[in-house]
Amino acid sequence: MDNRQKRPLTKTEKTIRRFKRMRKNRKARFLGTMINPSRFHVSQLKFLLILVPMLTVTLLPLIFIVSHAFKPLDELYAYPPRIFASRLTLDNFTNLFTIASQTGVPFSRYFFNSLVSSALVIFLSILIGSLAAYSFSFLKYKGKETMFMINQIAIMIVPVAVAVPRFIVLSALGITDTMWAHVFPLLAMPVGVFLVKQFMDQVPRELYEASVIDGANNFQIYRSVVMPLVKPALATVAILAFQAAWNNSGTSELYVTNEALKTLPYYFSTLTMGTSAIAAQGMSAAANLLMFAPNILLFIILQNSVMNTMAYSGIK
Amino acid sequence: MTAETLKPKQKRFNTAYLFVGPYYAVFFTFVVVLIAISAFLSFTYYDTINFPSWVGLENYVTLFTQDADFMQYALPTTIKYALIIGPGGYALSFFMAWVLAQLTHRVRTIVAIILYSPSLTNGILMSVIWKVVFSGDARGYLNYWLLSLGFINEPVQWLQDSSFIFGIMIFVGIWSSMSVGFLAMLSGILNVNKELYEAAYVDGMKSRWQEIFYITIPSMKPQMLFGAVMALVGTFNASGLASALSGSVPPPQYAGWLIVDHMNDYGFARFEMGYASAISVVLLLVVLVFNRVATRLFGERRG
Repeated sequence: MDNRQKRPLTKTEKTIRRFKRMRKNRKARFLGTMINPSRFHVSQLKFLLILVPMLTVTLLPLIFIVSHAFKPLDELYAYPPRIFASRLTLDNFTNLFTIASQTGVPFSRYFFNSLVSSALVIFLSILIGSLAAYSFSFLKYKGKETMFMINQIAIMIVPVAVAVPRFIVLSALGITDTMWAHVFPLLAMPVGVFLVKQFMDQVPRELYEASVIDGANNFQIYRSVVMPLVKPALATVAILAFQAAWNNSGTSELYVTNEALKTLPYYFSTLTMGTSAIAAQGMSAAANLLMFAPNILLFIILQNSVMNTMAYSGIK
Repeated sequence: MTAETLKPKQKRFNTAYLFVGPYYAVFFTFVVVLIAISAFLSFTYYDTINFPSWVGLENYVTLFTQDADFMQYALPTTIKYALIIGPGGYALSFFMAWVLAQLTHRVRTIVAIILYSPSLTNGILMSVIWKVVFSGDARGYLNYWLLSLGFINEPVQWLQDSSFIFGIMIFVGIWSSMSVGFLAMLSGILNVNKELYEAAYVDGMKSRWQEIFYITIPSMKPQMLFGAVMALVGTFNASGLASALSGSVPPPQYAGWLIVDHMNDYGFARFEMGYASAISVVLLLVVLVFNRVATRLFGERRG
């Protein structure tokens, strides 16, 4: 620009500049404290605007599931295609239940198998996982650090990669055609142990020491002191275990041959893989909804606990 | 009581092993032993009926020199898919978590539940919905919308063209990428000490971008690493989508054919368990390399 800039600044000018900089900083400081606001502010509108396309794309397929599940047959292939049905029906659900009876195994049987195996996975994985996490967090023993490190590495292992030898181990244990085939491979949850351990690390050590002085043994401390305090982490593991068990169709597909011992997701996937008939489309949407609903309901109920647990999920 | 007299003997046994024992028994059987068996079988020929016979490195040599489907499709497709979905889904998860952190608690909770919900769907079952959306005739939603908006003149065969199939896979992958890692990062951002931001602004920080790169990310590195690991596991666990979409195994021109698909094809369709194990070992090594990179980027430097 012009050479006025090069003239040395007077003291007053310097003070004015410093004042301006301070004002600018104060404005900036206001911007900086906008994380986790307690009330709505106009400045949040731009973030909501970013979210609109994101939410649309995320929600559309989920809306398709719901609307397709309740669409009558003639509307599934109507032209032009409509997102919402003009008439709602439960036909797809009744078809789903009655067709299962035709294969010889009733729908209720698959449902029962899914329910029992999921419940067993949740209960047992929380039990053995929290015991191990307790030992990692509170107890001293030889090989603890190594075991925890191995567990840490195991988080990174992709379960599908060991599908072949799993078959061998399950048959060696003689449990391929039992309910346990659904349960055992899912019990070791390295992520679950890790999350619970991290959460237990937040329990004050004084509490543990006080309980020891009061004469409680480790099992008593685990049961009556620590477990009630780490409920959020246990709820999170319950959700993760339920997701893994409830959605698992691989076991029924690959390791279980007895039709009466297979689970819901397997039965539902046979509907979608086989035919491309119009009826199958409506039934599959209904099946999708039945699989998805418990997952999302459980998450909505327990989301507070999950977020609470995630605060300590960091790997160092 | 009697503990007094038994003490010298009991001292040798630490009850801690009763706590960690059951978990490690299951963990060893279904994680460690499985990997060991995989590694062993990868050096054998095994058809599930006869006892495995030792073939040395033959499986690996075949895999890398003669298996064109693996070298041309499975390996490059997996790496391409992982490089797009891994960092892409991860960056989007972080960005969405950051955006959500700028909103009030109630709005944030609702939006977080919606964004997280795709990762709760069953991948195989969802293919039905994708088939409806990307159906090749004018009744498919995408075709119908594009036709009525005048972008195309005739329906596009989305599910029979290899490049479209891969594109749809990427879309579905990104769609369901906001999983546990996303929740971890969201809670990480919310838990960054606010005083750090204030101090930084006093020290002359100017923009919200600087805020992200100089304060937010460095303060939540552990959560960033957890998110990265979860993203990697999710990415490499994907399989079977291309086949489910196109309705054939393998899909047209091996589009979207991943290492896991190749492994399942040999293991459970052709019963060549030894060869399938070699593929799984390669897969585990690929995952290991990606994990090393993630740990380098976000892990805390020791020493």
